[in-house]
Amino acid sequence: MAFQMTSEQEMIRLMARDFARKELEPHAGRRDREAIFPQDSIRKMGELGLMGMMVPAEYGGSNTGAVSYCLALQEIAYACASTAVTMSVANLSTEPLLRFGNEEQKNTYLVPLAQGRMLGAFAVTEPEAGSDAGSITVRAEDRGDHYLINGTKIFITHGAYADVINLIARTDPKKGSRGLSAFIIEKSFPGFSIGSTEEKMGLRASNTVELIFEDCRVPKENLLGREGQGFAIAMNALDSGRIGISSQAVGIARACLDEAISYARQRRQFGRNIGSFQAIQWMIADMATQIEAAGWLALAAADRKDQGLPFTKEASMAKLFASEVANKAAYKALQIHGGYGYTKEYKVERLYRDARVTTIYEGTSEVQRLVIAREMLKE
Amino acid sequence: MNTVVCMKQVPDTETLIKVQGTGIATDGIKWVMSPYDEFAVEEALQQKEKMKAGAVTIVSLGPDRAIEAIRTGLAMGADNAVHINDSAYYNAADPFATAAVLAAAIKNLQYDCVFLGKQAIDDDSGQVPAMVGELLGIPVITQVLKLEVAADKSKATVTREVEGGQAVIEVSLPVVLSAQKGLNEPRYASLPGIMKAKKKPVDVKTAADLGVTAGPATAIKEMTLPPARQAGKIIGGDDAAAKAAALAKALQEEVKII
Repeated sequence: MAFQMTSEQEMIRLMARDFARKELEPHAGRRDREAIFPQDSIRKMGELGLMGMMVPAEYGGSNTGAVSYCLALQEIAYACASTAVTMSVANLSTEPLLRFGNEEQKNTYLVPLAQGRMLGAFAVTEPEAGSDAGSITVRAEDRGDHYLINGTKIFITHGAYADVINLIARTDPKKGSRGLSAFIIEKSFPGFSIGSTEEKMGLRASNTVELIFEDCRVPKENLLGREGQGFAIAMNALDSGRIGISSQAVGIARACLDEAISYARQRRQFGRNIGSFQAIQWMIADMATQIEAAGWLALAAADRKDQGLPFTKEASMAKLFASEVANKAAYKALQIHGGYGYTKEYKVERLYRDARVTTIYEGTSEVQRLVIAREMLKE
Repeated sequence: MNTVVCMKQVPDTETLIKVQGTGIATDGIKWVMSPYDEFAVEEALQQKEKMKAGAVTIVSLGPDRAIEAIRTGLAMGADNAVHINDSAYYNAADPFATAAVLAAAIKNLQYDCVFLGKQAIDDDSGQVPAMVGELLGIPVITQVLKLEVAADKSKATVTREVEGGQAVIEVSLPVVLSAQKGLNEPRYASLPGIMKAKKKPVDVKTAADLGVTAGPATAIKEMTLPPARQAGKIIGGDDAAAKAAALAKALQEEVKII
């Protein structure tokens, strides 16, 4: 049992913190109000190696491992949750290529993604296939030398800015979740287009769009893994994605706590700082304790991943717990701010909206419980 | 082009300083590379990249923990480092003793330029750059804002800050240059850089290893915090004219500045 960061992990955390506080935080509020995707920051983060943290150096990655990823993502999320989800999905999009890609696919796609020269997205969700990913209907038909893809994906994070998209589509209509396959889509493929952009409650500086496939021709060599492996590829990526979202949630929760503390120290009512009231102190004590636990759960899941151990259950536990902690922390931080917290003048208003989605995407809290229970009850 | 960067690890600028004896209480302090030294490291890296050749060596005097700041410099892209870990010297916090060990370490290295921050942001003495230049017997230009080195490395054109303006100076190499804010924008250490930093060589030396016997030329007798700021005063009065009159009176009689 070692609860000590390595010197590299500490350096990575400090670098991410420095970057986040200097480059992201000063503009996070404006980007939220105006729904501006932080393209410039994303490019800089790519150059720093923050978009390929699990990818080995031979494929252009920084190979820092999942614990470092977790620490860095928390710091980014603390400053700007929208940038954090972009970073999470960018890193997530390298995983299918790393695990299931052949050498040529790795050289063509994984290297530029890991180096941050390209941005990757991941497309699973459809209007009628959310938690029930097995009922995907986007169709990929084998046409001999290529696949022809038709259908619509929704809620795709930074889909409008992605150069490469991991797509999960149906190659066999009869086989349910075993009839799904994964494809590597380039934004320039004919028949591929971006649909409407979601007007979201929070994470407003992240881009969320519809992807439309109309007789989109995909070369045979862009099938990732084998036909029928799509569901396994998606679930595998989501396990890693959940470590990302748990870290994002911890970062948001820490920001909520710090906002609450600083407000409680300076807000005066009844002739004293509200931080001197036990009602406020208990809220802060609960927030701090829960955040500490969430932080360790996320790191524990990441550490298992780094050690090559199974981490599906741990990632789901971390994601479930951290996302609910983030929402509780946001609720309490806003409560401590009173009426001011309900106005856009205070940062906690944005944090409250940003926290909300963490119990929904990358698997709802209900799906996480399903995953955890299945792991607990399996024989 | 080969360069040496003298770098000091200092308390983070956000640290709440508590005086303890003739120094400060160090527990709980977050240590960082002195901000002016970051400009020095960045400039050395940029010059190396421009010339597409040479090595950047970091030289730092400090205790064990200074290795963290050294690794940050290596992660930014420096090639190797000399860590002078000698308590008699880093505890003295004396500009001359510091310059003596830094210069002795630099003499063993190949260099066209020696970079330092214009001052460390803890002791703020600002004397080490000039002393290092003197001990090495080469020119010193302080408060550098811009540097252009001739392709043949024979000379450099240096812009430095002077009171109310800038001076442009031509100087022969090798030279000691101290970095002022505005020289460049220090890079963040990239993740691949951080992962490589541990494998880069760090030579650990004592003053005796470097043949330095010079002791400190100064000693700190007392350390105190600046006096607490006194509460402000609100000037009252019935209208603007009365307030202005009261303000003028206060400035004349109490503050005595007009």
